[in-house]
Amino acid sequence: MKAEAPAFPRVEIAGENAVMVYLGDAMCPAVAARVRQLDQRLREQLGDKLIDTVPSYASVLVLYQADRIHFEALRKLVSDCGKGLNESVSDDGGRNITLPVWYGVEAGPDLAMLAEAKGLTPEAVVERHQERDYHVYAIGFAPGFAFMGEVDASIARPRLATPRRAVPWGAVGIADRQTAVYPAVSPGGWNLIGRCPVRMFDPASEEPMRVQVGDRVRFKSVSHAEYLELGGTP
Amino acid sequence: MQDSGRWGQHALGLTTGGAMDGEAFFWANRLVGNHSDTTAMEVAQGGLQLECGGTTTLAVTGAAMPLRINGQTKALWRSYQIHAGDRVELGHAVCGLRAYLAVAGGFGVEPFLGSTSTVLREGIGEPVKEGQWLACGEPAESNWALPMDQVPRYEPAVSLRVVQGYQAAEFSGEARGHFYGSPFKVSPRSDRMGYRLEGHAVAAPTGDRLSEGIAYGAVQVPPDGQPIILLNDRQTIGGYPKLGAVLSIDCWKLAQCLPGETVGFKPITLAAAQQLVGEAAEVRASVRLKRCE
Repeated sequence: MKAEAPAFPRVEIAGENAVMVYLGDAMCPAVAARVRQLDQRLREQLGDKLIDTVPSYASVLVLYQADRIHFEALRKLVSDCGKGLNESVSDDGGRNITLPVWYGVEAGPDLAMLAEAKGLTPEAVVERHQERDYHVYAIGFAPGFAFMGEVDASIARPRLATPRRAVPWGAVGIADRQTAVYPAVSPGGWNLIGRCPVRMFDPASEEPMRVQVGDRVRFKSVSHAEYLELGGTP
Repeated sequence: MQDSGRWGQHALGLTTGGAMDGEAFFWANRLVGNHSDTTAMEVAQGGLQLECGGTTTLAVTGAAMPLRINGQTKALWRSYQIHAGDRVELGHAVCGLRAYLAVAGGFGVEPFLGSTSTVLREGIGEPVKEGQWLACGEPAESNWALPMDQVPRYEPAVSLRVVQGYQAAEFSGEARGHFYGSPFKVSPRSDRMGYRLEGHAVAAPTGDRLSEGIAYGAVQVPPDGQPIILLNDRQTIGGYPKLGAVLSIDCWKLAQCLPGETVGFKPITLAAAQQLVGEAAEVRASVRLKRCE
């Protein structure tokens, strides 16, 4: 009997010199550990055939030099590198970080709608958002944009049908079961529920990125006055 | 100020930036004898006036912006020697959107993480300000021109080739039919990050989706069905479903489009895409600049 091919890693074409490698379909520390290992292995193995990688929750986008490695050879390399990935979630040195948030319908233009859609009061949504530690799964979208998860299913909501053209810096949002803080003014489609006065990316700072992949983040409600005092902008 | 982009920093969430029209940028540098990654000025729409503080070699390529040196009209796509006190003017574009102004040796811009590319969205670099002096390199040989048959044309209707991929298989045949079968208009809400299109809605697959890496040229379809083509200043990670990616050597056509202009798409295979990219590189390498007096 022929053995069934494992579902992961699964390789998809993403462009003329890009492949997407999926390592799972869930947001969880075990898949995140596999992503980190595969990313590391591919970087070592590909050397100058690699342009860059974009690791995320459950996938690694591999940008390669198409004139130096053939797609089929790359596919085989990915499949070899994907063998025997360790799923153990060892102590990866992640830090515990608390981020202050000014919550409310004024700070978060989508809070009322999200609460209504989920049959909750805005206060209950805010409370549930602060109830747990979130794992930082990926940094991307924009510098310092940390993708964290996962929020309680009772406050999860899909992205807006049409993304906003400009979301203010510090905006705290929910997209499905992910949560994040916008580091800078940018377009965005997440449901906004509050604002954080901490700069998540500061190119002039010694430590430009406030959080790193593997950190655990908890949000803590602050008043509008405290938000301004901590460096928030009106 | 732009070079060919900030590569290798996606893990920090930094995008590439770089010249939106890589073709015109390449030729601007080539005409003044620069390496292809040299810092040049990207001028959107036009309306620029410069005063020259010393001797340098200059070339302007890209969108058709009337170029005048000391009031005299000059052709684009060729290099000129300019001297202290000379006035260089770029009028408003009559065709296309972005022009590239290169000087021999490039503009002196401090690199950040290996690149001089300005990415305003990331707070990296600043736009050139009125009254600012720009450091230039040593002058080079001038009076070179790109042969006319090699000068790109900026059309009000462009056709872009797409390598199908990402979640393409999750889109219905009907949705793909709408994407490839009907033209779109460029939305005024387009910028260096992405070109938003307006047209027949393309039904996107629904359901929770984990955010994932976004390649240059990726065709993203949000729930409203209006595709967004992600370009130089794109977000590195995103969660909307994607149909594939526009061929890199076609992206400049889009970057030169104005709001209201027309964009159509054509699917191609990976093998065809890689062959086209290879051929384009060969053609570019074989072009000889023309000497003109």
